[in-house]
Amino acid sequence: MNIVVSIKQIPNLTDELEINAEGTGLDHDALQYVLNEFDEHAIEEAVLAKEATGGTVTVIGVDTTGELDGALHTALAKGADSAVKITGDFPRGTDSHTQAKLIADAIRGMSPDIVLTGVQAADDRDGQIGPMIAAHLGVPYVGVVTGVQVKEGKAVVHKEYAGGVMAEFEVALPMVVGVQAAHQPPRYAPVSKIRQIAKTAKIDEVTGGAGPRAGSTVRRMFKPESAGHAEMWEGSPEEVADKIATLLAEKGLVKRG
Amino acid sequence: MAKDILILAEHLNGKLADITFEMVGKAKELAAGFGGKAVAVLLGNGVKSLAESIGADSVLYVDDAALAQFNPEAYGRLLAALIQERNPRVVMIGNTSIGMDLAAGLSVMTDLPLIAYVNGLAADGGTLAATSQIYGGKIQAEALPDGEACIVACLAGAFPADTGKGSAPVEQIASPAPLDDLKVNFVKLIEPEGGDVDITQQPILVSIGRGIGGQENIELAQELADALGCAVSSSRPITDAGWLPKTRQVGKSGLTVTPKVYLAFGISGAPEHLEGMRGAETIVAVNTDSKAPIFDVAHYGATCDMLDLLPALTEKIKG
Repeated sequence: MNIVVSIKQIPNLTDELEINAEGTGLDHDALQYVLNEFDEHAIEEAVLAKEATGGTVTVIGVDTTGELDGALHTALAKGADSAVKITGDFPRGTDSHTQAKLIADAIRGMSPDIVLTGVQAADDRDGQIGPMIAAHLGVPYVGVVTGVQVKEGKAVVHKEYAGGVMAEFEVALPMVVGVQAAHQPPRYAPVSKIRQIAKTAKIDEVTGGAGPRAGSTVRRMFKPESAGHAEMWEGSPEEVADKIATLLAEKGLVKRG
Repeated sequence: MAKDILILAEHLNGKLADITFEMVGKAKELAAGFGGKAVAVLLGNGVKSLAESIGADSVLYVDDAALAQFNPEAYGRLLAALIQERNPRVVMIGNTSIGMDLAAGLSVMTDLPLIAYVNGLAADGGTLAATSQIYGGKIQAEALPDGEACIVACLAGAFPADTGKGSAPVEQIASPAPLDDLKVNFVKLIEPEGGDVDITQQPILVSIGRGIGGQENIELAQELADALGCAVSSSRPITDAGWLPKTRQVGKSGLTVTPKVYLAFGISGAPEHLEGMRGAETIVAVNTDSKAPIFDVAHYGATCDMLDLLPALTEKIKG
């Protein structure tokens, strides 16, 4: 079983996001980048599939930050067997169309049985990478998946709809899966192990060519104006607890003690 | 002749999803600006009656046994063929579980640009301006397609549904592509497990997010819920981590809740979460990040440490 995981880094959303001087994009240099959390789940699901059926896991991404090595080393520490980074003139915030084409071109020759990737990323303005990779490779795609079982040239996947309803599909391999959540929480890789791997592991490097670009141009980026804002309660946890208890009592939901 | 706007009608279990009406209503407004017609596309098996409640200018209906349930491969193939055949100005697809399997692949297959996570669409002169909600709802990006035509993936709830309801002439067409050699086979629908508490029926919810820090702290929320006689719910990361069962998840891929009081502890308020709880009567949010989007929908807010607040509140309620 030849399993490939496509990953990407995105801005850390807990940071304050600043818009560039032109007002058309983020001020990427001011941002910390982290691995897309859905890709963490894709890595976990891939390692689980390998543990269940055997095979190898290759993790691949476009290095848009100059810092992809860290994410690749972490994936290796979690059980991936090899790591590939695509390098070239791909700045932070490189669009999905470009990244998907680069990844599809790089993995075509690997003949993967299954490609796993995060179902979406917070910066997928021009769409998600998974379905694009599938279209480039000419293989089926199922996304919003919370469980993958692979056996005898087929994958059984569970796709989530709203309200907790799921659909089960059986798909002839090869295919691309957009992972919403691995069927168990992503494992933790000890920092010492990641450091050890960083010293010894070899990351294969592929030079990428020009991409197709997003096909649309942002003319204005801005922060949403909120229609309203909460009335803020200042004070200690004790004081806030008192305010909440009063509110619940006023609504007749608890007796005021 | 002006080009049409194609809208993918979304349906599950014999019921059209609201996103269908939301997109159709918007498409009619855009069609009035661009010329052309708002043409809904319904793919299914024995669901022609659904087509009759869509308020588009017309509905194209493809009936095939392979379309009895949503199948991403079948849908993708048919939509690609219809786009090729009809050369529409705009293709509107939901940025939903179903639409997210389709839009990006179609963009590659048809070589049309895709603008995703769209919550604003306007005919700006002769041009389509599409606004995307990205970076977890923290940023809006207004973009123009580089060519004339494009695909837009629309967020649920972005446009009013009412104007998309009504009726339209239905044209049943032969399948524009073969469906007898699909690699994706639908097996079954799996309904949510019963047996757990029903979070949609609770007057109060103690809802927790990433701010809870670790599984060992879930207990603090459960103790408060026990004192209040209500249940603990959560945002997606908590159920993904396996700290609570899936039945407790509020939001887009979970449940929609409307309690009298929704207590959001350590929830930042990603758009997917807000979608499932903004209808609550009163929302109280506690998050150390004073800029968290949850405060834009909450009625009351505080930035103190939830791990101190939870036991303090539990003590107060116990009296």
